[in-house]
Amino acid sequence: MEPNLLAWSILLLPLLVATVILFFLRNAGGVAGFLATASALITLVFAVMLAHPELRFSTDGAEAPHHEEGHHKDAASEKGGKKDDGHGHAEIDLIGDSEVASYPWINLGEDVLKIDIGLKIDKLSAGMMLIVTFIGFLVHLFSLGYMKGDEGLGRYFGALALFMFSMTGIVLADNFVMMFIFWELVGVSSYLLISHWYTKPSAADAAKKAFLTNRIGDFGFMLGILILWKLCGHFSFDGIQANYGEIKNDLMLNVAVLLIFCGALGKSAQAPLHVWLPDAMEGPTPVSALIHAATMVAAGVFMMARIGYLVAVAEIASYVIICVGAATALIAALIALQQSDIKKILAYSTLSQLGYMIMAQGCGTYGSEAGMFHLYTHAFFKALLFLGSGAVIYACHHEQNIWKMGGLLRRMPITTITFAIGTAALIAVPLTSGFWSKEHILHQALETGHIYGQIAHWVGLFVALLTPFYMTRLFIVAFLGKPKSQNANHALEVSPVMFVPLVLLTAVSLFSVYLGVPEWLLAQHSSVNPIGDFAINITSICSMGALVIGVLAALVIYRGKDKDPITIAPLRDKFYIDELYQKIVLICQDLVGKLFDILDRYLVEGIVAKLPAGLALGAGIALRRLQAGNLQSYAFFFAFAVLLLIFILIF
Amino acid sequence: MTPTILEIIVLLPLVAALAIAIGAPARITSLIASFLVLGASLGTALNFDRNAEGVGNFAFQYFAGEQGGGHGRTILDIAGFPDISLAFGLDGISVVLMLLTAIVLLAAIWMSPREDKIEGSSKLYYICSLLIGGGAMGAFLSTDLFFLYAFHELALIPTFLMIGLFGNGADRVRTAWKTTIYLGVGSIILLVGLIAAVVNIGAESFDIPSLIAAAKDANLSGTVQMWIYLPLLIGFGILVSLFPFHSWAPDAYADAPTPVAMLHAGVLKKFGLYGLIRIGAPLFPEGAESLSHILLLLLACNIIVLGLVTIAQKRLDKMLGYSSVMHMGYVFLGIASGTHIGLVGAVVLMFAHGLSVALLFGLCGSLRERYGSLEFDKLGGVAKVIPEAGLLFGFAAFASIGLPGFTNFAAEVMVFFSGFQAYSAETGFTPLQWTTVFALWGVVISAVYMLRAYRNVFKGDLAEGLPAVSDLRWNEKLPIFLLLGTLLVTGFIPEILIKYVRPALEGLMIASGQ
Repeated sequence: MEPNLLAWSILLLPLLVATVILFFLRNAGGVAGFLATASALITLVFAVMLAHPELRFSTDGAEAPHHEEGHHKDAASEKGGKKDDGHGHAEIDLIGDSEVASYPWINLGEDVLKIDIGLKIDKLSAGMMLIVTFIGFLVHLFSLGYMKGDEGLGRYFGALALFMFSMTGIVLADNFVMMFIFWELVGVSSYLLISHWYTKPSAADAAKKAFLTNRIGDFGFMLGILILWKLCGHFSFDGIQANYGEIKNDLMLNVAVLLIFCGALGKSAQAPLHVWLPDAMEGPTPVSALIHAATMVAAGVFMMARIGYLVAVAEIASYVIICVGAATALIAALIALQQSDIKKILAYSTLSQLGYMIMAQGCGTYGSEAGMFHLYTHAFFKALLFLGSGAVIYACHHEQNIWKMGGLLRRMPITTITFAIGTAALIAVPLTSGFWSKEHILHQALETGHIYGQIAHWVGLFVALLTPFYMTRLFIVAFLGKPKSQNANHALEVSPVMFVPLVLLTAVSLFSVYLGVPEWLLAQHSSVNPIGDFAINITSICSMGALVIGVLAALVIYRGKDKDPITIAPLRDKFYIDELYQKIVLICQDLVGKLFDILDRYLVEGIVAKLPAGLALGAGIALRRLQAGNLQSYAFFFAFAVLLLIFILIF
Repeated sequence: MTPTILEIIVLLPLVAALAIAIGAPARITSLIASFLVLGASLGTALNFDRNAEGVGNFAFQYFAGEQGGGHGRTILDIAGFPDISLAFGLDGISVVLMLLTAIVLLAAIWMSPREDKIEGSSKLYYICSLLIGGGAMGAFLSTDLFFLYAFHELALIPTFLMIGLFGNGADRVRTAWKTTIYLGVGSIILLVGLIAAVVNIGAESFDIPSLIAAAKDANLSGTVQMWIYLPLLIGFGILVSLFPFHSWAPDAYADAPTPVAMLHAGVLKKFGLYGLIRIGAPLFPEGAESLSHILLLLLACNIIVLGLVTIAQKRLDKMLGYSSVMHMGYVFLGIASGTHIGLVGAVVLMFAHGLSVALLFGLCGSLRERYGSLEFDKLGGVAKVIPEAGLLFGFAAFASIGLPGFTNFAAEVMVFFSGFQAYSAETGFTPLQWTTVFALWGVVISAVYMLRAYRNVFKGDLAEGLPAVSDLRWNEKLPIFLLLGTLLVTGFIPEILIKYVRPALEGLMIASGQ
């Protein structure tokens, strides 16, 4: 199959499925689930074929043998392609010499405004597609078990298919406007899935909050696109890359990059727009795994990596990006220390890890790749952790408080072991995937050489101390020791449809980095191999020290405890940021709205309508001797007389 | 003379109204007539030659067949007074508005209650609805300025009647009067402007293409243009509820019966915008430019001030009324940008807004019929009871806040791009760009009130004390599908509309020297 057809099928198949479910299968959840899962599997196969040209069925029917990506060591020149099997073509990249069709969505003339829906297939997007479709498929599979018997099953799988469509659109978009379109659409699918149990007030509120917070980010995003469009004359990624060198106004370039970064702030839930992500945990847990941990929230990182070269030349903007990322990593890790809801802890850890990735986006093009590397490894182990927590929640009859769990190791051994491995990857135990990518980010932060990079480096190391602490706390309290409630006591291991995805994700979390992912990813700019070129230095010593201290401290403090021995109110209450925002919204929006409402009703209407009416009334009093009647009827009869005149003229 | 297809499209609703007055069954006659209008409009749109116009070639197509020339039927031809003729023609802009009118008219009639459910004369109810639709259609298709104005007035009067006779709420008579005075005054100011225009240009007929050519030849000074454009802007502005002349609109839409809210907010209100695009700017380009800063200020108030006022509303119908007023700001922005992108965006947005607001008012009417009250405090969680209404309202809400996939987004994107088309980093932000920034923030505001309303009415716990009701009937669902389907199709493929609008505006802008 040729890449054009492959890519468009990956994009459009989920849309087709979502449409079919919307029209025909809303009340047939089982069929809808099967259909959506099948479509996810097909897109996974297609995504693999897209990323590995040798796997595509060539036209003469021969199937080329599979090559591990790890074989392409000198990947700087080799763009993931292969030598053609003797048909006269030279070395090809992912799409070879085939054209990827694009279709004009809005066309007001080539040199005025032309917005295309087109696909950009390179290593970045093909790799990201692998993540999205792989985790997407596993989450569909897991959902078949987790959501069994839910009355809104059709609606659920429909929204999931819509999400797969929108996320694919973001990843494959070849221009900023198209990316924005799908950016908004993932927002909607996230909205639908968070409020899946819409009769629950907290879920309905969380969905609304998620969408609105993202809209604030998108305000800046769109404005940034508009400014960038005028600065370099393009909003297509190819056009920007070819012309960004000609941007003369450095200040506006920084402004444009920062505004575009606002989009990432919203979608990747960075401070100060991070507040929606923990609330989004109201959605079903598989959704949290796919959308709110592995893929959609990473879209901001992906988007920044897309324009990594631009961020690299916008100096001030890159400092801001580093600081925002580091601050988010720190704040979220601190809050995670004191949460007791298993999904909330994981949500804050997601925020914290996204902070790492965003921070890396400010560290030049190498840093940007390091951030993408962490995105890949994190997607697998965080999806694993969320699905694991989903299995636990399912087994404990929707209990989410870790202080009411405990003793799950004996009752749910597979889940516990997979969860432990996911935890190990998250806290960056050496040789796990998370270790390599996190080390690489810290290394790149230090490499920048400027003060912001160094601060971020040390903040990152401190977060590397906090992460093992709160994750060990979670694991000890929830999985080890004695059951702390009836629900935990009766927990049973989940069915294969749920634990098979866990096992698969565990394998990937452990081994993905050894299968060529770093070479694949880092081939674009650097020749540094985070694994091959790893060296013991001050950074790695500090981070391993932090790991050991974090784990040991949590062991000492939390072993055998029935309730949290430490209470730090500001951390437990999330630094009161939600309350602060509520006040700001109340004042800046609701009170001002009410004020404007009153002004509008009395002042504006008064000046525009009542004042002229009053003046006329004054005149009317003077003329009262001539005619009796009130002002309103005068106005009306005047208007009416004119109309009448016209009608008489015509007819 | 045999009537042309355009004359049939305009006169069919009026003839149907006459038939009902004589004694034909009201609902079925209205439905058949509006189906025929939609069919004829679609056929005409497909037969319309999009390539006949082009750069510098502004012309109407008259579909007059053998009659040739197609300059309609002369009504008045006396020396010393401009000629008046009843003439209907189409260019790319009016094709889009013709389709909008036909679609919304059908949906509004379809969603109207059955005869036995109407208190008072059901004949009058349907006659008025048909007159509004026919009047709007006539205004959009007239190529003669005189009839353009007259048909709009023809549509306004039944609007007032409907609010007063069949409206909701105790204040409906007061609202009817308020609307009448506001729009009456607006019409008079507009009339003054139009008379001033015709007199100053020294036109020999009311034919719009001749007027535009004459205006270009007359070469009026900037000051004169400004003083004529001003009453046009205020007059049209009042009709479109431009800030601060908007106070009539929320009350009128909240109190109007459902089909009138759909037809007026969806279709008739677009007349003012159409007038600015068709007459105002082409006749007085310099006038439009010299007043563009004032327009920018007013439209920013439409978006931000009225957007915040919308958030403060406590009833669904009022909120929708204000939101429809607020969204007019985006169309004005496209017009104020004076660019081709902006004008195309404005026309497409008129289409998109017309459908989505009709959709919202239609669903709002269905809720009112079921629950009586539309106060947010008294509703809640009703999606549990009426899931299909919940789903469809969700679609409508997301359409109106400009979600990609709906036409509204495509149009708004064009408007935003038009705001920045003239931007350069050297000169910095001009008022146009600042207004665009506010307009972008308005997108956040509209999401706030729409999602809050959706949350309060449809989601969460089911409110106590609500009557048991049934979900949407087919007579409600089918017209909603019609509106929604159109929004989705033209949202995914906006080129369907743009291919009509783009050459027409190119021609109009060049013909008028904009």
